[in-house]
Amino acid sequence: MSKLNIQEGTPLQAHIPSGQVSDKWDSYKAGIKVVNPANKRKYTVLVIGTGLAGASAAATLAELGYNVKSFCISDSPRRAHSIAAQGGINAAKNYQNDGDSVWRLFYDTVKGGDFRAREANVYRLAQVSVSIIDQCVAQGVPFAREYGGMLSNRSFGGAQVSRTFYASGQTGQQLLLGAYGAMMRQVDAGKVELFTYREMLDLVVIDGAAKGVVMRNLKTGELESYAGDAVLLCTGGYGNVYFLSTNAMNSNATAAWRCHKRGAYFANPCFTQIHPTCIPVSGDYQSKLTLMSESLRNDGRVWVPKKAGDKRPPGEIPEDERDYYLERRYPSFGNLVPRDVASRNAKYVCDEGRGVGETGLAVYLDFAESIQRLGRKAVEDRYGNLFEMYERITGENPYEVPMKIYPAVHYTMGGLWVDYNLMTTIPGLFALGEANFSDHGANRLGASALMQGLADGYFVVPYTIGDYLAGKSPVKVDPEQHEAFKGVRAEIQGQIDKLLSIKGERTVMELYRELGLKMWDYVGMSRTEEGLTQVLQEIPKLREEFWQNVRIPGTADGWNKNLEFASRVADFLELGELMALDALHRQESCGGHFREEYQTEEGEAKRNDEAYSYAAAWEYSGNLSQPVLHKEALEFNDVKPSQRSYK
Amino acid sequence: MSDKMRMKLRIWRQKGPDSPGALHDYELDNVSSHMSFLEMLDVLNEKLIKEGKEEPIEYDYDCREGICGTCGVVVDGVPHGPARRTATCQLHMRTFRDGDTITIEPWRSEAFPVIKDLVVDRSAFDRIIQAGGYVGVNTGCAQDANSIPIGKEEADKSFFAAACIGCGACVAACPNASAALFVGAKIAQYAHLPQGKPEATRRALRMIEQMDAEGFGNCSNHGECEAVCPKGISIENIATMRREYLKAALKTGSATI
Repeated sequence: MSKLNIQEGTPLQAHIPSGQVSDKWDSYKAGIKVVNPANKRKYTVLVIGTGLAGASAAATLAELGYNVKSFCISDSPRRAHSIAAQGGINAAKNYQNDGDSVWRLFYDTVKGGDFRAREANVYRLAQVSVSIIDQCVAQGVPFAREYGGMLSNRSFGGAQVSRTFYASGQTGQQLLLGAYGAMMRQVDAGKVELFTYREMLDLVVIDGAAKGVVMRNLKTGELESYAGDAVLLCTGGYGNVYFLSTNAMNSNATAAWRCHKRGAYFANPCFTQIHPTCIPVSGDYQSKLTLMSESLRNDGRVWVPKKAGDKRPPGEIPEDERDYYLERRYPSFGNLVPRDVASRNAKYVCDEGRGVGETGLAVYLDFAESIQRLGRKAVEDRYGNLFEMYERITGENPYEVPMKIYPAVHYTMGGLWVDYNLMTTIPGLFALGEANFSDHGANRLGASALMQGLADGYFVVPYTIGDYLAGKSPVKVDPEQHEAFKGVRAEIQGQIDKLLSIKGERTVMELYRELGLKMWDYVGMSRTEEGLTQVLQEIPKLREEFWQNVRIPGTADGWNKNLEFASRVADFLELGELMALDALHRQESCGGHFREEYQTEEGEAKRNDEAYSYAAAWEYSGNLSQPVLHKEALEFNDVKPSQRSYK
Repeated sequence: MSDKMRMKLRIWRQKGPDSPGALHDYELDNVSSHMSFLEMLDVLNEKLIKEGKEEPIEYDYDCREGICGTCGVVVDGVPHGPARRTATCQLHMRTFRDGDTITIEPWRSEAFPVIKDLVVDRSAFDRIIQAGGYVGVNTGCAQDANSIPIGKEEADKSFFAAACIGCGACVAACPNASAALFVGAKIAQYAHLPQGKPEATRRALRMIEQMDAEGFGNCSNHGECEAVCPKGISIENIATMRREYLKAALKTGSATI
């Protein structure tokens, strides 16, 4: 640590209620202040983003009586990237009577997160998961059902019970449309004011509290200011730092990063999730990677040839020359090991030269055995839309030849640090869903992102925000005239003018791709001290080049996709450095953070609980390369940390 | 299916909603058959930026996996292009041949004004949903999810209707620029479920009234919408919508049929 010369600040307090983990949320709710129904309409809440977290929060807060202003980056709130989640949503309903419980979901999530999550939050998440399903069904979300009319469940990566609810391979879409509908109902009722095509470019802090935002109207190019009593950041994760990821093209870190630079600490930025089942890269023109739901691993078998360099087509490789390496190495979990374990093993077999396909960076996911056992119709019912999607993209029919898959960046567990109330270190600024550093620790289990986004928006923030607002005078500032707003607008205008004035030689996409490759190579599936030290030298240089040599066509007074991307890439070039620094400082392996120096003899992630059982929250110091580290110590009273084993 | 194709592109350029637009010609070499259609446009844009003579082409997109509904252009006269049940972002260049000329235009509809080049404003869809595309009760304290059994067939019909991605291709394909498939899909989703039944009348009347107010045309059963829908939403949903509307109109006597 001293070698790294990291400045350490005061430890963080998460404001976790006292008592047994199972009683904390109930006793918290009994003890908080609430805002009188007649007073709720005096407060304005600014909700940034309309994915599961944002749409559910906007709908619920408006139902409670608050005035909500909802902002989204697209032409419609329904475009938010939650829509792309395929597999499902976990809930401890125990409808299958297979031994599930709130406790088991809690336990699985803490363990799956490799003991780097906050117990109290995870328990609350498991508790409210039950209500989420009730709420979504009441909204008319058409979940999959059995012939008898009951809801259907399936098991999902890393879980030994069937607790995942789903709607074909379009669960995220259906949940988002449910939340979007609930929000549009409040738009109709006049309680939510909707602003589309708006990108948040900064937070306005007055007297130490979040009181507003500055948006760029992407259609007109104008900078617009909005004041509010609280700001909810529901802007998703930062997986697009890697350029290629399964995130949507417009997913970005700008809102969160600019809040960070205004004083919100950024926690565990190196905890990123690499999803094992994505369609492999095919060429350097590639703009994004497509995820295939990991529900496919329920019936697909992962394998590579036993011999390195075996280039025969899969059908010509006999059974005894195939290595079903997950089933071999993890007999009890087999193909259903957690995502980080599955991804890393794919990398190992490819590093050994046993990867398949043109690039050698792919493994097979084979359905032949399932089709034989269940019949083609049953397989089609379960995965039909995924198989179609695969064929559209690759031109190959997975009913006949095995799919080829490879890991890709998918989700970020890190994010803005929040306390038990989901409030960041800036009073009045809350972070929900993937935007916060979350309940998933160092690795998220499948079907838990939808659960967390909706838990935060439907069931957590509607309580905690009341406790924050009760007793405060509603904000009375004119965002056009107030000095703080004027100052922030001037800074943003300055940055936009600067970007357009550079008129250099390299396009935004070229520089972005270069950053993404560095991040993937050095801060990706497997990290080393040497690589991280090197990339920490390279990122600031690339940033400098960006600010001297980027070429952005067009003007700022209207639609300009290149300008939008340039401002996001400028932030990725800063966040990338913090991710690398966080990865270098964490001298252990845990979950998605794998440091080659720290592994067990079997090649699994080796934690160092004595030294690193904390959330690392970074404070912006004014110098990007020297942030201040604040630690939140993690205590495990209910789930005893152990070496994860999926043998 | 050569891997180094040469494409001729005719692309609609329009500076803003009130400016006149026109088709411009471009040529692009070294197009790989594995590229997606939008990646091909990305490559063209990189070339335009490098050359610095003309501004890059604006087209909208987000997820690039066919589910968000943001993308969509008319390719050779067909919304989302020649591949069936495929959104523009999932159309791949292997569908085309070396030397092909491809004409690319925005959605054409009065209710979807052009913002710039190939980008159109579809906020009319949001306003239709706002008029009733939801269950009109607070649901935060609902009964247990399994307390209302729904048979698989009905649940599946509801799901197939709900799978609409709101891209607007149905409107672009319709000779009347009707939004009947979009509206029908949402009305049908709830028509197949017990949830939201108490307000079925109000939903049908208000959503259809809003659809008309936005300037969409009437449905005259061409079926072009279903043919281009990337999610294969069936026009049976339009029939369901009509039934719901008829029931509502007879019940209230407030609408003209």
